[in-house]
Amino acid sequence: MPWSRPQMAERLAREFQDGWIVNLGVGMPTLITDVDMGEKEITFHAENGVIGFGPVAAEGHEDIHLVDASRRFVTLPPGAAIVDHADSFALIRSGRIDVTVLGTYEAAANRDFANWKVKGAKGGVIGGAMDLAACAKNVFLMMEHRTRDGTSRMLAECSLPVTARGRVNRVITELGLFEPTGAAFKVLDVAPGVTIDDIRAATAAPVEA
Amino acid sequence: MGKRSKVVASFDEAVAGIADGSTIAFGGFALPGSPFNLTAALLRQGAKRLVCVGNTTGGPRKPRNPDIGMLVENGQVAKVICSFTAAPRASDVLPFTPYYERGEVDAETVPQGTLAERLRAAGAGVPAFYTPAGVGTQLAEGRETRVINGREYLLEYALPCDVALLRCYQADEAGNLRFRRAQRNFGPIMAMASKLVIVEVEEPILPAGAIDPDEVHTPGILVQRLVHIPPAPDAIWPTLKETR
Repeated sequence: MPWSRPQMAERLAREFQDGWIVNLGVGMPTLITDVDMGEKEITFHAENGVIGFGPVAAEGHEDIHLVDASRRFVTLPPGAAIVDHADSFALIRSGRIDVTVLGTYEAAANRDFANWKVKGAKGGVIGGAMDLAACAKNVFLMMEHRTRDGTSRMLAECSLPVTARGRVNRVITELGLFEPTGAAFKVLDVAPGVTIDDIRAATAAPVEA
Repeated sequence: MGKRSKVVASFDEAVAGIADGSTIAFGGFALPGSPFNLTAALLRQGAKRLVCVGNTTGGPRKPRNPDIGMLVENGQVAKVICSFTAAPRASDVLPFTPYYERGEVDAETVPQGTLAERLRAAGAGVPAFYTPAGVGTQLAEGRETRVINGREYLLEYALPCDVALLRCYQADEAGNLRFRRAQRNFGPIMAMASKLVIVEVEEPILPAGAIDPDEVHTPGILVQRLVHIPPAPDAIWPTLKETR
């Protein structure tokens, strides 16, 4: 059985180290705030300058002035802080973010990824992804292994315009957890019941078991 | 502080005189800090050929609040400079998109941190800077890069603006601003980057001195016009159900 999205979030979060400052992209990565981090102390940073935010607010307890970068009404536990957008991205560019977890259209074995522009579009959806991808100490990606029509999103090289080159450290899909090594996707973990052959069949790049 | 009041009575008065061709910075990230009432007034004011700077042109969600996308629909915009010029979900279409695809409006799609730093640089008197964001991507094609300490960086220019439209929580008569929570976002750097700073204020305008100088996020010397936001339905107060 492939991993569910919450299981993907839980498995990927096991790669975090104690004390890390974590930035979460829009979409699937936001599930990571629901993961129980156990003994690990994890601080969430949002592009809009909210540092150390907590879980999504319970209904009726939302604060109209307080959202994370995915527009979720979050909370401010003790120890949180607010900075402006320039300082927030200064923290990113200066390497203070230990990991950014981003959703993506494509991940490549050569450690590139593409998540800002779809085929034929004139505009793009960059947000903070290029700053984060270029500057975070680690770049983790979360995505479905294939598109709805069955085309692999796990490629040797991206077919879409890249967000950053050579920056990806981990990719998690419903089938497994991978490390792009340059030439291949190295399998670090496999979802229950999924075989290496299943992964090879779904991947358009060499797979290193 | 100054003897001339910065407080104006209406949103229309607050945006009076904004010239055709102005570069306008729009504060806000999602709901917090977005100057919905001033944007609505700018739609009525009608200035044309504007260059609109903001995080996004406005999302596909309904009900819509006044945003850059509405100014585009109103024929007031020559160009947008934003970190989102398409909808985050590929299945959605921004109101802005058809105008862009037909070539009726120009757009520059900029990494969000680069957008923030270009505003910060303009406000700091720094004409340009190098950043690693965007290196090796389509955005860097044909542009100046430089290797510094073994890493490649992309040259980016400051983005000075004629006008900033902002929303804040509290202001005093001297123009000192306080933002609340995530409302701060682009506000302080857009104020620094702009010649004319116009602010819609949620709380009644306070007497000068009521905000402790240590608590001021944007100093009043940067701010020219303040307008207190009246209660709904006479003004736009977004609710929790709306996001941008």
